[in-house]
Amino acid sequence: MSLIELSGIQRTFQLGDSIVHALRDIDLTIEAGEYVAMMGPSGSGKSTMLNLLGLLDRPNAGTYRLEGRDVTTLSLEEQAHIRSERIGFVFQSFHLVPRLTAAANIDLPLMLAGIAPSERHRRVQQALQEYGLTERAHHRPDQLSGGQRQRVAIARATVMHPAVILADEPTGNLDRATGEEVIHLLEALNTQQGVTLIIVTHDQSLGARARRQLVMEDGAIARDSAGITP
Amino acid sequence: MRLADTLRFARDAASGTPLRTGLLVLSMAIGVGAVIILTALGDGARRYVVGEFSSIGTNLVIVLPGRSETRGFNPANLITSTPRDITLEDAQALLRVPGVVRHAPIVIGTAEVNAMGRLRQSMLVGTNRDFLSIRNLKLAQGRFISADVLGRGPAEIVLGAIVRQELFGNENPLGKTVRVGGRRLRVVGVLAEGGQGMGMTTGELLILPAATVQAMLNTNTLFRILIEARSREQLQEVKAGVLKKMIQRHEGEEDVTVITQDAVLETFDKILRVLTLGVAGIAAVSLAVAGILVMNVMLVSVTQRTAEIGLLKALGATARTLRNAFLFEAGMLSLLGGVAGILLGHLGAAILRSFYPTFPAYPPHWAVLAGLGTALGSGLIFGVMPAKRAARLDAVIALGKR
Repeated sequence: MSLIELSGIQRTFQLGDSIVHALRDIDLTIEAGEYVAMMGPSGSGKSTMLNLLGLLDRPNAGTYRLEGRDVTTLSLEEQAHIRSERIGFVFQSFHLVPRLTAAANIDLPLMLAGIAPSERHRRVQQALQEYGLTERAHHRPDQLSGGQRQRVAIARATVMHPAVILADEPTGNLDRATGEEVIHLLEALNTQQGVTLIIVTHDQSLGARARRQLVMEDGAIARDSAGITP
Repeated sequence: MRLADTLRFARDAASGTPLRTGLLVLSMAIGVGAVIILTALGDGARRYVVGEFSSIGTNLVIVLPGRSETRGFNPANLITSTPRDITLEDAQALLRVPGVVRHAPIVIGTAEVNAMGRLRQSMLVGTNRDFLSIRNLKLAQGRFISADVLGRGPAEIVLGAIVRQELFGNENPLGKTVRVGGRRLRVVGVLAEGGQGMGMTTGELLILPAATVQAMLNTNTLFRILIEARSREQLQEVKAGVLKKMIQRHEGEEDVTVITQDAVLETFDKILRVLTLGVAGIAAVSLAVAGILVMNVMLVSVTQRTAEIGLLKALGATARTLRNAFLFEAGMLSLLGGVAGILLGHLGAAILRSFYPTFPAYPPHWAVLAGLGTALGSGLIFGVMPAKRAARLDAVIALGKR
């Protein structure tokens, strides 16, 4: 059983009178523990693809199986549960809640899942320690550096122990050295804990680090380094 | 999401924008405060009037000439002829009705009073010795007139506090002589200040024996008869007995009206209660306005926190969780505003009371609860729409905003 199986996925948007095909008939399989970079020019459909994989968006046609389960037909509520338990998001602009401290931001997914406070406290402390943020636990995002903010975001994405992490330009807002540091963290998750890592990026050198590259063009997969090019 | 977490999350979200939250709470507080202060005023007026009437005595049965009372408490009733006069003899006969303890006939008129070279027009009340206790009046000086049940007695007079001050200044009036309508009367007592009731201030009254006043005015008519029943329970029995007796004495014709103090009280009580409800309703409009403000603030909040809502969805928040979080926030703000409003209202009522100590401006409990309830209710009702909007936001679009 593959982690992700897409078959015949189509996603169209209505833009005025014209219909834009953001994704055309995508077939894709990603195994558990893979490290995939998704590249391509703007408007090639990679963000739409990421949203679809993260169950934030629904395809117009096709089926999406996550861990063998068809998730396209699930209710919104069930999809929310899957996002909560199986998927972690890392965004380019971090998306931290500005009024909450680093610890509280990391706590968010645990709180939304309704986990008991003592268990949450333990897991947040552990995450803070793992990402070297213990000293910064009670700082708000605006008191943190860019690298620290992204570390908080990664801690938040992993605190529920998801099967897959979807990272959208995770280094886009960071300088080279900090970006490098963040990528190492994500790669460590992939190699040490076997978390499936899917990164969307413009950066060729960053894409080249992944074990598998997908290049998207005009809503279709133009090249797949795994050799299963359609 | 756990309830405690939802509450904490809502609290943090609300305290994240102190100015907006503060203004919203303030507007809610003003609405609730207005309800409380206005009902305190209305209910205070009711209590004041009821209190005034009870000070006359609640075991009272009052006999008035004529079939029904339409002219109010007016000395003009004396001059206009009524079907048949009520006389002192009628009054005396009523003492034999079972349950009657005592009575005070009342004759009313105006006359010039003259003392120490000063002249004044004043209202005369002719009655007997029981008037003082039946009306619950207090004396400041001396004793009351000693006229018997028929209102006959020595030429004595009791002055109201204002009349006394105007005629005698700081001198002691006891034992002095005043001239009223050409007769000389000896001052035996002075009424205490502050008594009010039945449309007259006791300060301006002159109290004389009833027979004396009747002779002065050349009439044998009584203005009314106050009858005290032995107990409140016997009131209806006494009322019926008095009416029967009067009909019997007036050759089978029912030409008097017998009312109880209770009936008068009840009417005033009813009128003022409706009035209080009316003002409370007007004040509640400001609460509805505050409710709309809650909606507006929550809608702004949803718009400003679009990115956050998108993030929460990505992190696994269900639509229900989001809806609850926003609804709790609206409810929490309304509740806070309501509680602040209760404090504000009580403070306002306390200030009112300190300015007018005789006016019992205490907000009724129902108004406090209704104010709080309306605040919470309108906050929640008007919070539903923004909360639904937050829950329905498209995560992809919401995340795209920054």
